[in-house]
Amino acid sequence: MAKNSDNLIKDKNPPALQIRNLKKTYDNGMVALNGIDLTIEQGDFFALLGANGAGKSTAIGAVCSLVNKTSGTIKVFGHDLDFERDMVKSFIGLVPQEFNFNIFEPVIEIIVNQGGYYGIQRKEAFRRAEALLKHLDLWDKHKQKARNLSGGMKRRLMIARALIHNPKLLILDEPTAGVDIEIRRSMWVFLKQLNSAGTTIILTTHYLEEAENMCKNIAILDNGEVIENSNMKQLLSHLQTERLVFDLKEPMATLPSSELFKIQFQDANTLEIELDKNSSLNFVFDFFNQHNIQILSMRNKRNRLEEFFMERISQNNKEKVSV
Amino acid sequence: MSWKEIWIAFKAVFIKEVLRFSRIWIQTILPPAITMSLYFIIFGNLIGRAIGKMGGFQYIDYIVPGLIMMSVITNSYSNVVSSFFSAKMHGNVQELLISPTPNIIILLGFVAGGVARGLGVGAVVTVVALFFTDLNIQHPIMTLLVVILTSFLFSTAGFINAIYAKSFDAVNIVPIFILTPLTYLGGVFYSVNMLPPFWRDVSLFNPILYMVNGFRYGILGISDITPTATFTLLFVFIGLLFSVAIFLLSRGIGLRD
Repeated sequence: MAKNSDNLIKDKNPPALQIRNLKKTYDNGMVALNGIDLTIEQGDFFALLGANGAGKSTAIGAVCSLVNKTSGTIKVFGHDLDFERDMVKSFIGLVPQEFNFNIFEPVIEIIVNQGGYYGIQRKEAFRRAEALLKHLDLWDKHKQKARNLSGGMKRRLMIARALIHNPKLLILDEPTAGVDIEIRRSMWVFLKQLNSAGTTIILTTHYLEEAENMCKNIAILDNGEVIENSNMKQLLSHLQTERLVFDLKEPMATLPSSELFKIQFQDANTLEIELDKNSSLNFVFDFFNQHNIQILSMRNKRNRLEEFFMERISQNNKEKVSV
Repeated sequence: MSWKEIWIAFKAVFIKEVLRFSRIWIQTILPPAITMSLYFIIFGNLIGRAIGKMGGFQYIDYIVPGLIMMSVITNSYSNVVSSFFSAKMHGNVQELLISPTPNIIILLGFVAGGVARGLGVGAVVTVVALFFTDLNIQHPIMTLLVVILTSFLFSTAGFINAIYAKSFDAVNIVPIFILTPLTYLGGVFYSVNMLPPFWRDVSLFNPILYMVNGFRYGILGISDITPTATFTLLFVFIGLLFSVAIFLLSRGIGLRD
């Protein structure tokens, strides 16, 4: 079935995921999703961001049939989840936030069994599992029980499991949480390759650098609502200022002021400068030279997406308070 | 999913279940064999000699069908309840919930796993019983049908228990406080015809009595209950519990929120 999924897509180019007015209220009255709309095109690498409790995992759960939605429609490659649930499920691969495999099972069995649930013959599932595990550098562990794997290996196991049926839409819920930088970067490369090969990817992450580097489009959820949904480049171009941090060679007691940018102490050895994004850095260095300030090093205070994310969440909270 | 894919999905769930209890055979297969050996030695040989005959059979011969059935019931039930509850608690039930495997196949896969363990343990206990007595099965087809249907029924019941259970305590409440008393009072060790009329009538409300006696009829050819009553009860309860389990799965109760 997974092999034929290309033929099952109704329209020529329906969105990979189309969500309309999706609402979820839990039994305890908590509103997790308050009517979200989202369209993710085929081939996209989409970032779904939000603070803890914003509704990201609930939205993903609803798409993957793990959470019963209260109302709204979800279509995957043109197929309505309410009417063609099995078809929709066959398109999706999920890498959940928590490790959710049987830790007492061998690695290979976890993946081969998952293939079976999608109707893939055991022999074929084994062949695919071998290829995936080799690609993810886990093949030498395939006979080991999952509990013996490190955190990074467990994450890669979940990616391999999610890919066994060649899903057209891969949803990754914080796939690199707790993974060291080396493995994280190798996972980025792998995911980019998958995306280039045509798999639509939805990524939630707390590493905004990851989202900024990998994703083409982005939505930000806050309190169960989509407060931003746009192209990553366009979104970052809205940032008007950039914040830079300078480490001083010697501590300073008083701070000269500038008309061209804002300057303030972080501490006696560190300066923070807020600069208009169109301004030249030369102004800053001229300023340092004029005041005989010796700089050891400089860096961005936060990455740009993080800057935007914080601003947007804060703005949304202010709007809610004023309403 | 096509029929072929559905069959593959069923096999995947079933194989996973069989491998699960086979891997931990010291916890799943061995204990019933030891427990039943003790029953045969103490109740069959030592106490049984003093009791003499029951229903025209030596006491040890009389209790063998009930003891086999007791191990089939408890193992079928506990296999599914522990396996599905663990899958729910550790989250790996999501592997199935996100897949296109139909709910009925998920249920049948787990139930088939429970039946496999129930019958496996039943076979081991039967072999143990052969060390203490000879078994001349009077009605082999009925014996087989009753044991399979009973195992199926209690596997399904275990599945429902697992869906509702929110802690390991809840997993153990039904086997300890309901299943075990009903089994002991279900005519495993005695004929209900020995009871005063009032308690005999009360015993007729115990469904396990019908299964134990149906199985005893298959093996020994004697029973306190008619085979028709046994099969009627089995089919009614299976239909009822299976429908409830499918309803719970399709609504995602205890699983999807």
